[in-house]
Amino acid sequence: MIAARTFGVTGLALCLSTSLGAQSAIRRELVWGGDAEGGAPFVEADPANPSRVRGFDVEVAERIVRGLGRRAARFVQVQWSSIDQSVERGDFTLGLSGVEDTPVRRARHAVTIPYFEFREVLAVRPGDAARIHGLADLRGRRVATLGATIAYDLLVAARDSMGLIPLSYDDDVHPYADLIAGRVDAVLLDHIIAQRALRRGGGTGFVILAQPVALGHYVGVFARADSILRDSVDAVLREAMRDGSLEQIFRRWDVWDQSQSALFERAVRANAPAGTAAASHALAYLPSLARAAGVTALVSVLSMLLAVIAGLALASARVYGPGWLRVATTVYVEVIRGTPLLLQLFVIYYGLAGVVRLPAFLAAVLALGLNYAAYEAEIYRGALEAVPRAQLEAARTLGLSELQILRLVRGPQALRFALAPMTNDFVALLKDSALVSVITVVELTKQTAIYATNVGSWVVPGALCAAVYLAMSLPLARLARRLERRWRPAT
Amino acid sequence: MSALLAIDRLTVRYDSRDVLRGLSLEVARGEIVALMGPSGVGKSTALRAVAALQPFDEGRIVVDGFALAPGPVPPESRLVPLRRRVGLVFQAHALFSHLCALDNVTLALRHVLGQSRSEAEEIAAKLLASLDVGTRAAAWPSQLSGGEAQRVAIARALAPNPPLLLMDEPTAALDPARRSALGTTLRRLSEQGRGLLIATHDTEFARGHADRLITLTA
Repeated sequence: MIAARTFGVTGLALCLSTSLGAQSAIRRELVWGGDAEGGAPFVEADPANPSRVRGFDVEVAERIVRGLGRRAARFVQVQWSSIDQSVERGDFTLGLSGVEDTPVRRARHAVTIPYFEFREVLAVRPGDAARIHGLADLRGRRVATLGATIAYDLLVAARDSMGLIPLSYDDDVHPYADLIAGRVDAVLLDHIIAQRALRRGGGTGFVILAQPVALGHYVGVFARADSILRDSVDAVLREAMRDGSLEQIFRRWDVWDQSQSALFERAVRANAPAGTAAASHALAYLPSLARAAGVTALVSVLSMLLAVIAGLALASARVYGPGWLRVATTVYVEVIRGTPLLLQLFVIYYGLAGVVRLPAFLAAVLALGLNYAAYEAEIYRGALEAVPRAQLEAARTLGLSELQILRLVRGPQALRFALAPMTNDFVALLKDSALVSVITVVELTKQTAIYATNVGSWVVPGALCAAVYLAMSLPLARLARRLERRWRPAT
Repeated sequence: MSALLAIDRLTVRYDSRDVLRGLSLEVARGEIVALMGPSGVGKSTALRAVAALQPFDEGRIVVDGFALAPGPVPPESRLVPLRRRVGLVFQAHALFSHLCALDNVTLALRHVLGQSRSEAEEIAAKLLASLDVGTRAAAWPSQLSGGEAQRVAIARALAPNPPLLLMDEPTAALDPARRSALGTTLRRLSEQGRGLLIATHDTEFARGHADRLITLTA
């Protein structure tokens, strides 16, 4: 009894001291966010200790922490495209991970002075290097880049002026993989990313054009309200440029070049903003949203068509087929339903690339269609089995063949049972089609994300996007309810 | 003259349990035979075996010269002669719920006998009228009363004009007035030269309307 009480008091004291200690530690550390998936030389998991990160942005963050007199830099993983939103949400104080300097970002958030100058460079296959010298030589060609970047804005501008076809990716690895695979004809990205991709491929597979398409700068981003802290960090960065510590960091990561010393000189003299892309008015996004909604509708309709045809075949095999075919179709249905659609998309687009190189749109329709076929098959099987056995026997005693029974008795009734759930599935497919953006198909959700990143807010883009989805799905849902009332299975 | 239907020592087993053991019976043209017995004694099973809806284990069934042997039910393509000879009226009628009464009757005429729509509809309308449901031709099965549905089901089974008509518990859902009307109808069908085999546990109906009673015991 006494022992327990003593322990209780000691435990309480321990808890108090730890929590107080933790609080003071939090006060003295700087929480910064970056994307370790973006990888070296920006931020990557340390191969020697994967719980730690390393990279030049990691060292820049540490230099900033020292300059601010704080005790430690604590890293928070964030998806690269969400850095702006997360910093405003307060997930971390400083975003630092190859974050680009754009007028929109400057207008929306508190942005540091540029600490690194990069070149937007084109990568092409070796065989094309003699013919392609810039964006102007890429009319009618497919050019890939990372979505929501200056490079993407450059490509979109070049689509209208030079007639090339921009393709947006969610990561900076697959654009180069697809360049080598022949799916795209060029990649436009930061020279650091391009050189890294080249090193990863052993220096072969593509070449980087010497002439840059544009220049850009990396900055740190703070929440709008943190502009005072930002000013302190600017002072620390200028100090680091003067005392050579920033140069040492960049030299360590082998990204130092003469353009950095020129940048440092300018920065130390004055804090000159260095923007690239032009901000666009919200209305300017409406045509691209409409186009993306068209892509969503087209992908959904074609996928559903495939799902219905394949689903009918699967259901027929499950109901009428011999034993081995029933087992095979059951395995298909369970595997498809038991694994994520996202995985299936990747397997069909990237996994099969060694065997057959499907265009992204076709791969999207195939993946969605074959996925939904499994669900349709179950609906059709259920509908076929919902037709009362006695009616099928009655049809047999009348002398109808199996095929006639399916066509005249079983099929028409099953179709009525299936229509309402099918319509519901189509509504679900319409929304699932957003997933195909991961294989570069820019549909409604992806276009909205690009729009939201550019204007720095999800409020208007999100509402617009939701309105378009609802305009497509609500009438269908209504239809499903009507069909359900009209043709529910007889009990 | 040989019997229209001859069942010889018919045995049906489910999971090695005898549902029917050594049933033998004959039905002649123009004759109404009632197959009697309590529920679960195998009356329906016997009808289903005759209609080749289920296999049997021993014995032999001959319908107007067409023989069925023990073993699995043959494929439909080999059963065409049997389908022309046997009509079956199910206890729950089993009308096609997506077709109106008239189309239930014309289905076999058009798609099995290859008649034109107008030919088939004419025959079907006459059949429905003769069974007192001529005015219900356009009704959906769900709109028919029990007695009406039964008469539409009889019309559907009679449409291909089979000489043998099997009926499973035809009086199950009928009030007394309708039962006696059904008896009259069955008599008329037998007078047209058809043989009728009726599975029923309705002793009164069987005594009143059948020519012969065969009672199964468990």
